[in-house]
Amino acid sequence: MQMHIVPVRVYFIVYVLLMILLFVTYWVATMHLGRWNTVVAMLVAMVKTSLVALFFMHLYYSGRLTHVWAAVGFLFLVIMFGLTMNDYITREPSAPGLSVPE
Amino acid sequence: MTEPGGKTVQKNYLNADYSIKSWLFTLDHKRIGILYLLTICVFFAIGGTMAALIRLELLTPKSDFFTSDTYNKLFTLHGVILIFFFLIPSIPAFLGNFLIPLMIGARDVAFPRLNLFSWYIFTLGGLIAFGALVVGGVDTGWTFYTPYSSSFAQTAVTATVAAAFIAGFSSIFTGLNFIVTIHKMRAPGMTWYRLPLFVWAHYATSVIMVLGTPVVAITLFLVGLERVLGIGIFDPAKGGDPILFQHLFWFYSHPAVYIMILPAMGVISELITCFSHRKIFGYEFVAYSSIAIAIIGFLVWGHHLFTSGQSRFASIVFSFLTFLVAIPSAVKIFNWTATLYKGRVRFESPMLFALGFIGLFTIGGLTGLYLASLGMDIPLQDTYFVVAHFHYIMVGGAIMGFLGGLHFWWPKITGRMYPEAFGKLSALVVFIGFNLTFLPQFILGYLGMPRRYASYPEEWQVLHVLSSAGASILTVGYLITATYLIWSVFCGEKAPANPWGAKGLEWQTATPPIPDNFEHRPIVREEAYAYEENVKGAA
Amino acid sequence: MTTHQEAIEHHPDELELGHQFEDIEQQTEAYTVGMWVFLVTEIMFFGGLFAAYIVYRALYPEIWYAAHEKLDKVLGGVNTAVLLTSSFTMALAVRSAMLNRWKAQVSYLLATMAFAITFLVIKYFEYKEKFEHHLFPGPNFNFGDPGVPNDKAQMFFNLYFAMTGLHGAHVLIGVIVMIALVIRTINMRNQRQDFIPVELAGLYWHFVDIVWIFLFPLLYLIGR
Repeated sequence: MQMHIVPVRVYFIVYVLLMILLFVTYWVATMHLGRWNTVVAMLVAMVKTSLVALFFMHLYYSGRLTHVWAAVGFLFLVIMFGLTMNDYITREPSAPGLSVPE
Repeated sequence: MTEPGGKTVQKNYLNADYSIKSWLFTLDHKRIGILYLLTICVFFAIGGTMAALIRLELLTPKSDFFTSDTYNKLFTLHGVILIFFFLIPSIPAFLGNFLIPLMIGARDVAFPRLNLFSWYIFTLGGLIAFGALVVGGVDTGWTFYTPYSSSFAQTAVTATVAAAFIAGFSSIFTGLNFIVTIHKMRAPGMTWYRLPLFVWAHYATSVIMVLGTPVVAITLFLVGLERVLGIGIFDPAKGGDPILFQHLFWFYSHPAVYIMILPAMGVISELITCFSHRKIFGYEFVAYSSIAIAIIGFLVWGHHLFTSGQSRFASIVFSFLTFLVAIPSAVKIFNWTATLYKGRVRFESPMLFALGFIGLFTIGGLTGLYLASLGMDIPLQDTYFVVAHFHYIMVGGAIMGFLGGLHFWWPKITGRMYPEAFGKLSALVVFIGFNLTFLPQFILGYLGMPRRYASYPEEWQVLHVLSSAGASILTVGYLITATYLIWSVFCGEKAPANPWGAKGLEWQTATPPIPDNFEHRPIVREEAYAYEENVKGAA
Repeated sequence: MTTHQEAIEHHPDELELGHQFEDIEQQTEAYTVGMWVFLVTEIMFFGGLFAAYIVYRALYPEIWYAAHEKLDKVLGGVNTAVLLTSSFTMALAVRSAMLNRWKAQVSYLLATMAFAITFLVIKYFEYKEKFEHHLFPGPNFNFGDPGVPNDKAQMFFNLYFAMTGLHGAHVLIGVIVMIALVIRTINMRNQRQDFIPVELAGLYWHFVDIVWIFLFPLLYLIGR
C-alpha cells in the first residue's frame, strides 16, 4: 500500500496486456467455436474490465467501501440478467415470444 | 439546546433570510426538504382530486360522469402523479432530506448543489407531467404497458414517459446523496449501530433508488424512442417482445414499492420507540431487515407477470422468492409490537398514526401473500383485490407513515406546535375513511370486479357506494389535517426544542434548527433509543 | 483510502473545502464514493439495454449472426484500441495531477481528448455507412437479404444504435468534461490544485472504456 501513486510501469504493463487481450478476442472470433466463441469473448472482456477497474480505476488500492459498491453494481446486473433469462430459457414452446413465426 | 435567554429571536434556518431568491438558490438541506414538501403537496392535491373523481364515477354502475376514455386518463394520471410525484419522493426527499444530516450530526448532505439540482429536475418532470395532463392526458395506466403505449395509444404518452424519466434522475441523485452522506458525514461516535433506524431505512431506500431507477429510465427511454422513430423494440408485430418491457419495468417498479414503504417503516421505528419510551426490541434485526427488504425486493418482480405469458417455471421461482419478503417485513412488525410490550405508551397523535400504520400494513402485507401464491393469483390478477392490497401498503402504509412523521417532526420543522386534539381527530378520521374505502374493494375483487373499468354490474353497487363514502371521509381527514397544520404555522404555540422527550440528535439542537444544524459538532456517546432509566450515560 | 491520504500529503497548502465537510480527507472520500455510486447507476442504465440485447440474441441467434456481418470488425477493433489507449493516457493524467505536475496533466488530458475525438470520428463514418445502406432503424430500413426477416434484422440495429449511441453520448460528455478540466488546470496553474476533479473524470472515462470493452465483442464479434 506504500505506492499510492502507481508507477508508470504498472500502467504501461496493464495497457500492453489490454492490447494483447484485444488481439486475442479478435483472433478467437475468426475461428468457428460455436457457442464457445461467446464464452471466450465474455471471459476476455471480463479480464480486461478487471484490469481497467483494478489498476486504472485504483480499485486494487481502494478501501472496502469502494470494493463493496463496485461488486454491488456487478451483482445486481447479474440478478437482472439471470432472473430475466430464467423466464426466456424456460418458455414453453406454445408460449408467446419464443413462438413468433419465422 | 442553547436557548440564549433574554435575546429576542434566535437565528434559525427559516428566519435567516426571507427573500424568494434565498429559497430558490438555497443549499440548505432543510430548506430543500421544505421545497420538496410544498411541491409534493401540490401533486398530492392533483392526484387526490383524480382519485376523488374516480370514486365519484364509481358511485353508479353505469359510466355517467365521464366517458370511458376520460376515465382511463383519470386513473392513469392518478397513478402516475401519486406514484412518481408523491409517494416516491414523499418521505425520502422531504423528511429524509430534512432529518438525515440532523440525525447523524452533520452540517448538510454530502452534495448540497446536487440536492438542489434534484429538486429542480423533479419539479421540471412534474411540470411536464402536468403539461401532459393539460394537453389531453394519457390513458395507458401508470405502468405504460407495451405494445399499447408504444404502438397504439394516441395520447400524450411520450411527454408522460419523459416526465417519469426526468423525475427518475431526481430520485437517483437523492439516493446517491444519502448513501454518501450516511457513509461519510456521520459525527464522531455515530457508529453504524448507533444510527437511528430512520437512517438505516433510508440507506436501504437509497440503494433501491440507485440500482433500480436507471433501469426503468432506460426502459421508458426505449418506449419513447419506439414512439418517435416508429421502430419496434417491444412490438410483437416487428419481432419484439412486450413481456421484456414488463420484466424491465418491474425490475424497478416492484422495488419501487419498497422505496415507498421502507422510509415509512423508518418513521414508525422512531415513533414507536419515542412514545413507548423504550429501546427498540432487537435493533440489529430491524436495521438489517431494511437492507434485506431492499435486496430481496429485487428478486421478486416476476410476480407481476404470472398471467402475462412468462414461463411457468419462472413464475414458480418468482412466487417462491416473493414469499421471502414476508420474513423481514414480519420481523419489523414483531419487533415493533415487542417494543410496545411493557412500554410506557403515550397515545399522542403521531403514535396513533404509527399504530394505524402497523394495522394497515399488516393487512396489506398478508393479502400480498395471497397474491404471491401462484394458483391464488390467477383469479385475483387485475381485480380490485390487487387494488385494495397495494393501496393498503401505499396509502395505508406510506401515507400513514408520512402523516405520522409529519406530525412528529412538525414542531422541529416549523417551530410551532399543532393542536393536539385535531391531530388525534385527523388520525382517527383518516384511519376510518381509509378502511371504509378499501376494505369493500377486497370483497369486490374476490367477487371478480376487474380494475380500470368505469362501469360494473348493479349487484356490486352497495360495495362501491361504501368505498366512495370512505373516500369522502378520507378526503375530509386530509383537509382537516392540511387546515390545522397550515393554521399552526402562523398561530400555533411556540414549540420547545424537544416536545416529545425524544432521543436523537435532531432533538438536541434548537427548534427550528440553526442554518448549520448544530452550534458545535456533536459527539455521540450512547446507543440510539437509550430511553430506559437503567441505561446510563446522558447525551 | 490510503491512495488519497498520501496524495494529500503531497499537497500541504490549503485546498478549497465545502462548508459541509470537516476536512479535506472527508471531502475527498465523499467525492470518490459518490462517483463510484454514480458509476453503479450508469452500469444499471446500460444494463437495461444489455438485458434487451441478451433476450433478443437468445430469441434470434441466426438473425443476429447475419446482421452483425454488416458491421465493420476492423473499424470496431481499431476503435477499441483507440479507447484503451485513451484510458492509458487518462490514467497518466490522473497520476500527473496527484503529483501536481500541471503541464504533464494538461498534455495527457489533451492526448486523451484527441483519442476520444478519433473514436467519435470513426464512429461517425460507421454510422454514415449504415445510413447509406438503409441500415438505420425507421421506415426506410432495408436489410437487403431476402433470407433474413427485415423486422428482426432491424431489431439488431435498433439495439446497435441505442447502445453505441448512448455510449457515444458518454464519450462526447467525456470530451466536454476534459475541455473544462484543461481550462481549469491552466487557469489555476499558479496555485494548489485539488486532483479530485481529474480523478473523478478519470473514473468516468475508464467506465466508458469498460462499456465499450463489452460492446465490441457483443456487437462486432458474434460467433457461429
